[in-house]
Amino acid sequence: MSKLRLPAILVGVSVVSVLAFLSFGSMDKNLVYYWSPTTLRASKPASEGATVRLGGLVKAGSVRVDGTNTVFTVVDDQASVEVRTASIPPQMFREGIGVVVEGHLGPDGIFVSKRLLVKHDENYKAPADGKLSEAQSGSVKED
Amino acid sequence: MLGRIGDLWVLLALGSASAGAVTGFSAGGLGSHTLLRHTQRFARAFCLFMVLAFVTMEVALLRHDFSVKYVAKVGSLASPLHITIVSLWSSLEGSIVLWGFILSIFLAVFTEWSRDRHPETTPWALATMLTVAAFFAFLIAGPANPFTPAPNPVPLDGPGPNPLLQNHPLMIIHPPMLYLGYVGMTVPFGMAMGALFSGQLGPAWTQALRKALLVPWGFLSVGIVLGGWWAYDVLGWGGYWAWDPVENASFLPWLTATAALHAAMLPSRRDAMKGWTVSLVLVTFLLTLLGTFMTRSGVFNSVHSFTQSDIGPIFLGFLAVALVGCVVLLALRVDGLAGKGEIGALVSREASFLLNNLLLVAFTFTVLLGTTFPLVMEAWKDVRLSVGEPYFNQMALPIGVALLFLMGVGPALPWGEPSTRKVAEALVPPLAVAALVPLVLWGVYDIDRPWPLATFGTATFATVVSLREMATPIRIRMREQRESLVTAASRAFARGQRRYGGQIVHLGIIVIIVAIAISHAWRVDREYTVPTGGTVRFEEYSFTYVRAEHFKESHRERDEVVVEVEGPGGAFTLRPALNAYSTSMNAIGSPAVKTFPTHDVYVSLLSLAPDKSTVGLHIYRNPAVGWLWIATAVVAFGTLLAAWPARKGAPA
Repeated sequence: MSKLRLPAILVGVSVVSVLAFLSFGSMDKNLVYYWSPTTLRASKPASEGATVRLGGLVKAGSVRVDGTNTVFTVVDDQASVEVRTASIPPQMFREGIGVVVEGHLGPDGIFVSKRLLVKHDENYKAPADGKLSEAQSGSVKED
Repeated sequence: MLGRIGDLWVLLALGSASAGAVTGFSAGGLGSHTLLRHTQRFARAFCLFMVLAFVTMEVALLRHDFSVKYVAKVGSLASPLHITIVSLWSSLEGSIVLWGFILSIFLAVFTEWSRDRHPETTPWALATMLTVAAFFAFLIAGPANPFTPAPNPVPLDGPGPNPLLQNHPLMIIHPPMLYLGYVGMTVPFGMAMGALFSGQLGPAWTQALRKALLVPWGFLSVGIVLGGWWAYDVLGWGGYWAWDPVENASFLPWLTATAALHAAMLPSRRDAMKGWTVSLVLVTFLLTLLGTFMTRSGVFNSVHSFTQSDIGPIFLGFLAVALVGCVVLLALRVDGLAGKGEIGALVSREASFLLNNLLLVAFTFTVLLGTTFPLVMEAWKDVRLSVGEPYFNQMALPIGVALLFLMGVGPALPWGEPSTRKVAEALVPPLAVAALVPLVLWGVYDIDRPWPLATFGTATFATVVSLREMATPIRIRMREQRESLVTAASRAFARGQRRYGGQIVHLGIIVIIVAIAISHAWRVDREYTVPTGGTVRFEEYSFTYVRAEHFKESHRERDEVVVEVEGPGGAFTLRPALNAYSTSMNAIGSPAVKTFPTHDVYVSLLSLAPDKSTVGLHIYRNPAVGWLWIATAVVAFGTLLAAWPARKGAPA
């Protein structure tokens, strides 16, 4: 063991530290926050442009088709956010259902989404306290 | 009635396992042969009772005995027979019974194998495994008891298992495969703990440990890929791996088990690195516990959260106890295992194994970090977030390519301290071949993406080395013994079955990595809204929506869309569908896939207008995905070869 010890330790330490550095740096750039309409509105300047997941209910009467886009409003108890998505909504998508949309808030206050996830459960309740575990649960990726 | 019988078996299993654990540890401490015999009897009794409990639950399911709570939860008179049989593992309580059943099989095999072997170490190993067995028997008997009576009045019918599980035949074999991998890790764990307790880790025990590790490793590999295949065929988002916490949970112990498999070759060669090998085995077992906790406790909300239950804290407690136990035992006993042998030069097979271990551990660390970070943040700062896929991909790419490179370097280099000339002879020819491939791809085919090119280059290098490793013994025999090609090949193969198995596994893994690289780099997809009779063009294909068909089956209704596809290879029909289960109001898609040697055409039905006049389709062209499944069969075959007992008279 003695022969290899020093170089091996040096190689080991450098590999591990480079990877640790890379992984923390890379993670920082790839964090996706879950927000409710209320928290998204509250942190408006910071939230513009960042990729976030917005969770809430599709407001009744808000769904319309605009060219190839689908436009609707996501609400919670206090706030609402207008969402525009180019992705075709899945079969389960309808007014009143819980959704999670991934995308970013544009400068015009409209949330642009590339990805629409529908909550996949029959007993839907509005997410409490901005926690979107409800909306996330059992969702099937439909991008 | 069946519920009470089941309860009885579980309690007897719990009693046997606990008693066996006590006599086992005593037998180890006192060196008593009589106590060891008792321990073996208790182990056999546990296996018997656990099998009986499993059979009882299956009988209850088949007889639709809704007075048993679990049957009332997942059974349904409308379910077809095969769905009824497999609904045992469609929910938490039942899957723990399957877990216990598999553990009893592994334990029975180990008990028979160790019957008259290694009397110093065996009692400790058995005692450890029986402790784990007692924990699972306790879970079945108490917090996750599936035999509990259903609430009065006894329901006349049940909802049937989770629709997602009914949707695809792969779901029948994916969970048992994964469990065979997970639960099987209990045996090497027990053996490693046995080595620590007794302070002995001889070559025979190490070899047996390696084999005990190899078998669940093979199941785990197949189980992970089957899970990806299921996701690909069912979830309809066009991919097979999303770095979902549940997927990561199965991948983490696979990484450390892979590291341990390689590390275990060192002590059997030169008596070195014993402590390291043992540590990796312990970590692998702890990661299977962590994985079970993550998938079964509902801490992560994902597709798998239907198994949410309150066993989470109990599991976390057991995990903490096991972790502390492992750390304390390692700290106290690892010195006794310290290898005396030298590792060898910096450029040798040993050193490349060490580097491989280092990379696999670093990979484990990054995946673990990305998986648990959201949990830590939520608990600590009450912020909900997730770590995006790009994080994992960015980390997996360089580590994967480096590991691929080592897959070539390791087998190419001799053990010990090779001379510079030998190293050059071993490495230069395959490296030269490997360098040509990216150059040709770049120069002739205009492929200019750096990571795929690097992957193809290193993959070629590893392949050349692997094939050379397999050909060299045959060539030597033909030259020195003047044997014919067939004779030389069959004899070399019989003598080096384990080594050939290992190289075949390597070839399978290489194909898997290349297929992942290709499918990731060149996948294209688009969404379309198509009216009846309408045609869209996508890549080299045109897709026409012909009509929609409605089917009524006993347990579901199915809307199928007929899509005629025309491409350079002729015309074919795809039928993506949406399934509505009577028990769940949401429709579940099932995509249609047509596989060609170079790519898959994959169509997902997003939506169907109520009057069927338009459909929403998501079309993908996924290159090389079919190779993943084929290569996995190769990995399984190689593992089988390496693990199969060597023929008598042919030295391994």
